[in-house]
Amino acid sequence: MIALSDFLILGAIMFCLGVAGIYINRKNLIILMMSLELMLLAVNMNFVAFSHYLGDVAGQIFVFFILTVAAAEAAIGLAILVVLFRNRQTINVGELDSLKG
Amino acid sequence: MVEQLVFYALSGILVFAGSMVVTVRNPIHAALFLVLAFFTTAGIWLLLDAEFLAMTLVLVYVGAVMVLFLFVIMMLDVNSLVMREGFSRYMPVGILIAVLVGLEIATVVGASQFGLDIVPAPAHHGAGYSNIEELGSVLYTVYVYPFEIASVLLLVAIVAAIALTLGARRRTRKGQQPNQQVAVNRKDRVRLVQMAAERSDLETP
Repeated sequence: MIALSDFLILGAIMFCLGVAGIYINRKNLIILMMSLELMLLAVNMNFVAFSHYLGDVAGQIFVFFILTVAAAEAAIGLAILVVLFRNRQTINVGELDSLKG
Repeated sequence: MVEQLVFYALSGILVFAGSMVVTVRNPIHAALFLVLAFFTTAGIWLLLDAEFLAMTLVLVYVGAVMVLFLFVIMMLDVNSLVMREGFSRYMPVGILIAVLVGLEIATVVGASQFGLDIVPAPAHHGAGYSNIEELGSVLYTVYVYPFEIASVLLLVAIVAAIALTLGARRRTRKGQQPNQQVAVNRKDRVRLVQMAAERSDLETP
């Protein structure tokens, strides 16, 4: 039998891959968004595993809503990315410094 | 036993795909590895009796979101060499932080806290079980307001995405403006000029 901790540790590994992706690809906005998707996927895996092992369907409902919000986030984020590229001809995070932060 | 084998095989593929997403050079390859990761996750969710969410993940993520990602990657002319500057410099600290975070989470959710003896594995549902029916019976009663808010959120996302891309095109003054093209008159464009005839100097000896 597969233990609940196996699923949770798999989710932890995926989350860490997302964190590492944000650190080592900090120039490329598209890869950054893909790392965010990876982290959301790991969290969703935890929700589904807990839902199955505790016999509570609320976890799956929560994943449903997370999928909705993540789809909206990806759509708006990519639209912003396209507009940004059209105005600045780059999506390099290092060159996006017009706010002088 | 078979279930365990399937789980470990899928987990291996998933970790491989995830690590390729964050390290591969070409963004298109990264997107395709992310598609592989989503498919594998759908398989793992099938092991957890979440059939509807597994199908939704394949349909929504692989079918819509990742295709959107691929469209955007191919539309933008991104120099991936410039994008990878600092890759090897940030690699050690990225791995260090990932390992630290992973160890911290693993100590919290490890086998001593959520092992089989503490949370026993539930029996799988029989053949007459419908995951969609169970989800739907809760989604449209208890969670009906969050459901409607989610639909409004999707509508706002549609409007925002269209407004962003359309508004930017108008600002760059490259779009046509059909109302001005139709409303133009002859007197606005054509100017008749009267001038006296001139002799060319080349003809005179």
